[in-house]
Amino acid sequence: MRKDGTFIAVAVEDGAAADAELARKLTEACPVDIFAQGAGGELEIVQDNLDECVLCRLCLDASPPNTLSVIKLYDGDAVLA
Amino acid sequence: MRFFEYEAREVVKRAGIPVTDYGFTTDAAEAREIAQRIDGPTVIKSQVLSGGRMKAGGVKFADTPEEAESHAREILQLEIAGHMPRGVLVDPKAEVEQEYYAGVVWDGIRKQPVMIFSPVGGIDIEQVAEEQPEKVGRRHFSNILPLSDFEAKEVIAATGVTGSALNKLVPIVKRLAQLFVENDMVLAEINPLGRLADGSFVALDAHMDIENEARGRHKKLLADLGVGDEETRQAREATPFELAGEEVDSQDHRGVAGNVTEFDGNLGLVIGAGGGSLTLFDAVRAHGGKPANYCEIGGNPSVSKTCGLAKLVLQKPGVEQIAVMMSIVSNTRVDIVARGVIKACLELGHDPGEKIAIFRIPGAWEEEGFKILEKYGVDYADRSVSLNEAARRAVEKIGGASA
Ligand code: SF4
Repeated sequence: MRKDGTFIAVAVEDGAAADAELARKLTEACPVDIFAQGAGGELEIVQDNLDECVLCRLCLDASPPNTLSVIKLYDGDAVLA
Repeated sequence: MRFFEYEAREVVKRAGIPVTDYGFTTDAAEAREIAQRIDGPTVIKSQVLSGGRMKAGGVKFADTPEEAESHAREILQLEIAGHMPRGVLVDPKAEVEQEYYAGVVWDGIRKQPVMIFSPVGGIDIEQVAEEQPEKVGRRHFSNILPLSDFEAKEVIAATGVTGSALNKLVPIVKRLAQLFVENDMVLAEINPLGRLADGSFVALDAHMDIENEARGRHKKLLADLGVGDEETRQAREATPFELAGEEVDSQDHRGVAGNVTEFDGNLGLVIGAGGGSLTLFDAVRAHGGKPANYCEIGGNPSVSKTCGLAKLVLQKPGVEQIAVMMSIVSNTRVDIVARGVIKACLELGHDPGEKIAIFRIPGAWEEEGFKILEKYGVDYADRSVSLNEAARRAVEKIGGASA
């Protein structure tokens, strides 16, 4: 799944997005509420909050390698490493 | 925050400066009792915070207590410049031989108070300064070091006052200066200060304005005067634009993006950083620009909050462009502010490169911020460009002062 704001996009592998435990961790980790959990525990990306991303990398630390990307749309789609 | 005359007189009295035996009331019958106690001709004065009381019929003379009551009744119903009176002041009509002026104001440029004295009182000191400049004495003084008699004496003597009058005036002017400093005032004025037939002096009217931010330090004085915490006493009601600014600021706890004041220019301002917003506002005006507003951003407001403020400013009728400026920031992120103001332009269908005259916010996360600004073609400046120069560029871009 991927959602784009004006400045920031977030992409999460579909398999990872279905993982309720990862969704819980991400929801807790992100300081600006970009992640939420759906009724079934699955991950949701909150469109309205995407541009609030402070590039803190906490979501990257909370998820397995290569499952989640934070993309800077203003910087040639550079991926937050 | 301005004081009513009856409150200012109380402050003057507490400082040991002679005042007339006045009384304050909200009731016409009580005005009659005060006049009876005074036992002579009286002046009934409306207690409103606006000027022009005399012209508006808010000051009347009474020879008898009955007349005082009738005048008080009329004045209590009289609206002056949109304000109903707080009450009336019943004052003995003093037989004055000469009216003087004594005042202290805060000089924001020198960052010091300045004492002002004139033997020509009862009219605006600005008028005296223009028509008879030799009759106005001025002197800055320290608001930290103790004040000496000499400093007050010098100001008074500079206007030609000598002898017994000079000696009697020195403690009055000195006490006025002291009460100004002790009470964190921005204005303390006795006008007129009357000299009576016996050579004594008495304060006949007083105007005082305390620094709003210092209210917390003077809780006892304010409580003694009956000034409630909820009384802001602003010169005018907030405009819908200003209320909308408050709304933007209150919707999100993150940072500050508000404290909006409306003006009628064409250059919208999204400015902040401590005193930076005041400096920037002044700089825009100094370069001939016409600000559409004043505001304050800081403390790292969210993108949505910055966007909300920028949208408000951009939508204000008459605003052609906005200038986004702060001094070097450490606790506000440049990229977050950049996103907020650009988003505001985009959501309103504007080209950010056209609408933002200049973006001058150097500091935390500026590299990211500058990347965003470049992508949207916004003219930005780094820390090598002063606030003053940034303001100049913004004014130049918008074509100088608006018509
Ligand atoms: S980088 Fe930080 S702010 Fe951005 S999505 Fe990840 S956790 Fe949230």
